[in-house]
Amino acid sequence: MPLEVNGKTYETDEEGYLANLNDWNEDLAKAMAEADGTTLDENHWEVINFLREYYEEYQIAPAVRVLTKAIGKKLGPDKGNSKYLYELFPYGPAKQACKYAGLPKPTGCV
Amino acid sequence: MSEPWEEEGPGEVKKFMYVNRKAPYGTIYALESLEVVLIAAAFEQDVSLAFVDDGVYQIKKGQDTQGIGMKNFSPTYRALEGYDVEKLYVEAESLAERGLTEDDLLVPVEVKSREEMARLMDEQDVILSF
Amino acid sequence: MLHTVNKSPFERNTLTACLGHALPESAVLLIEDGVYAAMNGTAFEKDVRKAMEDRTLYVLGPDLLARGLTADQVIDGIQVVDYEGFVELTEKHDKVQAWL
Repeated sequence: MPLEVNGKTYETDEEGYLANLNDWNEDLAKAMAEADGTTLDENHWEVINFLREYYEEYQIAPAVRVLTKAIGKKLGPDKGNSKYLYELFPYGPAKQACKYAGLPKPTGCV
Repeated sequence: MSEPWEEEGPGEVKKFMYVNRKAPYGTIYALESLEVVLIAAAFEQDVSLAFVDDGVYQIKKGQDTQGIGMKNFSPTYRALEGYDVEKLYVEAESLAERGLTEDDLLVPVEVKSREEMARLMDEQDVILSF
Repeated sequence: MLHTVNKSPFERNTLTACLGHALPESAVLLIEDGVYAAMNGTAFEKDVRKAMEDRTLYVLGPDLLARGLTADQVIDGIQVVDYEGFVELTEKHDKVQAWL
């Protein structure tokens, strides 16, 4: 189902993940979040930007466990824990945050 | 009732070795192997990867696939450490036959002789070949 | 350990890779196109005979027959097994490495 933001149409897969990583922009992330009833604050953005950097470097969306550990390393233990991430992204940090970041569904994420 | 952030223990830990013997883009084996490794990493087993024969080409530095329209998955080997997959063994003979050295590889590895590799394989509980 | 080889030695280096890593006392079972390596008179006969000095070689009979090969064309000392024998081999060994 295509996603319409600011008059432009973006292709997504059947679960709403962006088809083309390079289509991504911040408005698109906001629109995806709003569709889920979430308003993105700076904490969400911190994770979204982290994910984009991770993907840029490794060419994969990390598994939740790996994301949690990597966030902890970069942003400290207050944020590098599953509870914090699930509170930010109740549908699951991998599913929800990766989607807003324009990444594909994490490998092995069911 | 467990919350999603509560991790379960690993149970019995087994030694798994993934043996990679194919070059990266000509067939799907290399990518499939890498995906299986990433998925299976969630099970917290004692995982190692062996690069033998053309498998050593999977971790050759400087891959650029823009011209062939395929995804360059070589940077993902550097993510393995974050998945707690830290044992990467490369066969010395396979490198030498291809005119490569450890410096040509994009991840830190342990170079093993064919003999040592055979013994490592023998120590495993499960061997998955790709 | 039981090793299986399923490619013709003329098409792939699977057999060579396997024999290079199969330790003494291990077993090697030739299946599918791997059975061509079991024949007398091929360029690989020497390698196979060498391997048989301290390892046991088997070949899967149904795969031989399917390819027009018979047991009497098989190198002396290679044991021909049926599917039941294949299963027994996998049960007898602690693990299987399937060379591709």
